[in-house]
Amino acid sequence: MSNSNSETKGIWKVIGASSLGTLIEWYDFYIFGSLAVVIANQFFPKANPTAALLSTLATFAAGFIVRPFGALVFGRLGDLVGRKYTFLLTLVLMGGSTFAIGCIPNYESIGFMAPILVLVLRLIQGLALGGEYGGAATYVAEHSPAHKRGYFTSWIQTTATLGLFISLGVILLTRHMLDADPAKSIAKFNDWGWRIPFLISILLVIVSIYIRLKMAESPLYSKLKSEGKTSVNPLKESFGHKANLKMVLLALFGATMGQGVVWYTGQFYAQSFIENVCKVEFDQSRTILIWAILFATPFFVVFASLSDKIGRKWIMIIGMLLAVISYNYLFTNLYNIVDPKNKTEVVEKKEIKTTVTLIANTTDTLRKVATKTFYADGMSMVQTKTDTAYSTPGKTTKKPLIATAKTIGSNDYWKMVAIVFILILYVTMVYGPIAAFLVELFPTKIRYTSMSLPYHIGNGVFGGLTPFIATLLTTIYVDNKIVGLMYPIIIAVICMIIGAVYISNRIDPEVDR
Amino acid sequence: MNAVKKYAGIIWVILGPLAIHYLLQTAGSEIAKKPGIDTHIQWGVFIGVFYPIAIGFILFGLYALEGNYDHIPASSEELEEDYETKPL
Repeated sequence: MSNSNSETKGIWKVIGASSLGTLIEWYDFYIFGSLAVVIANQFFPKANPTAALLSTLATFAAGFIVRPFGALVFGRLGDLVGRKYTFLLTLVLMGGSTFAIGCIPNYESIGFMAPILVLVLRLIQGLALGGEYGGAATYVAEHSPAHKRGYFTSWIQTTATLGLFISLGVILLTRHMLDADPAKSIAKFNDWGWRIPFLISILLVIVSIYIRLKMAESPLYSKLKSEGKTSVNPLKESFGHKANLKMVLLALFGATMGQGVVWYTGQFYAQSFIENVCKVEFDQSRTILIWAILFATPFFVVFASLSDKIGRKWIMIIGMLLAVISYNYLFTNLYNIVDPKNKTEVVEKKEIKTTVTLIANTTDTLRKVATKTFYADGMSMVQTKTDTAYSTPGKTTKKPLIATAKTIGSNDYWKMVAIVFILILYVTMVYGPIAAFLVELFPTKIRYTSMSLPYHIGNGVFGGLTPFIATLLTTIYVDNKIVGLMYPIIIAVICMIIGAVYISNRIDPEVDR
Repeated sequence: MNAVKKYAGIIWVILGPLAIHYLLQTAGSEIAKKPGIDTHIQWGVFIGVFYPIAIGFILFGLYALEGNYDHIPASSEELEEDYETKPL
């Protein structure tokens, strides 16, 4: 009994140390994405807001695309020298680059060096993250008993969503605490306060490095090393042998590809859709996601534990299937909930405010007309039209800028939380069991390398590019608000079919070879 | 089931080049519509990233056609045996 108690205590120490660092790395990675628009204004030349947003999403995407390379570099290191020291390195790189992003002067100060530095640091973030997850999942799995591998690795699986949760929370708190006046606080946040979430990460990283320094090496890896059985060339052994390469391809096309698009559609794209397509204002679009994450996160552990009893495969496939058949319906509902066409306007409360300011060194004026419309169910919508009133007769602004922001009532708010909760439930089904699934596919001596690559291609490339590709699709097929879902649906369908046909449902009784 | 796995391999082998064709076609038309450095970079990144993945997909299809997925190793011991006897 005491042996079993100390083993359980031991595994919780392992999970705690691994998860904390992984959580911080996810937080570091996601604050960038959560602040995409603010960063666009700071580091990219002032231009069309859509172009700026796409440029930043591209930088965001750069961080995702480079993840598989990080997986190869650090996966190799982890199989050559051990999991523990590779972990430390990825944490130092991630923490350092995140802190540095918070320190870069903006475009107005240092010109084109600004976006270049941001891009380089973003690439380092992506490399570090590429090395982190495979190591953390491998490390926990190699400490876990076989019949509870899913359950114990599920705690690592919660860290990505919780990292997103914390990044959103820190950003919202910082945004509102810089001044007693909310409008001034937001203005200060957009000006310099956005740096705070990046800078505080260094404190979290220092704590995590301290904890990780006290961790022992994975027992399976230590055993392998003492027996002289570690790999001399894990990259060649991972991808130069058909027996292993076929499993890497199967892991990617039959599992992580679909899992990646479901993960990012249910969280990142859902938030982006609510903010940029439904036009719900900044704070609400994020707190909706925060509540949904809070309610759904326990299900990572639920579905991963279930996978220990009934196998991993069908839980993941059913998660993809539910996503594929319901995405159009759920996202259409998100849009319809806040569509003014479905609401009753309270006409007498309508407010119109016009501000005119002289444009420096010209005789033209900048005209802003803000129309605030109120609806019976508590929603209000502000449409701000900005154009230039030219002093030259006959000259007009060809394309006035129109910005829309809706503040939704309580009923609509909780309906949106419920829908996003369902989307994240699918995420927990596809993501909860996948760490254990991937660990069980590969032998110990090349596990870190082999599982990291399909994971980061599936999540970094297929998943990470989801918001970007979905937004791009809406610029090509402009009349369809939910055309962006074509991408995750097609990818998830192909993955689901391959997974159902080719993947076995067995749980490996021992991974200590 | 092994027959399904094998013949589905034909679908994956065909889907890979189809995906590349669609990607190149869309890239071409979008660049023609909005010629600019931004558009070139965006679509260059997509092609650079998805092209090797499509090649990997074709390889997956070929492996399926050859019957390499007829038996998936059921334990780490089997993985090791497979791995020792079947170089690329």
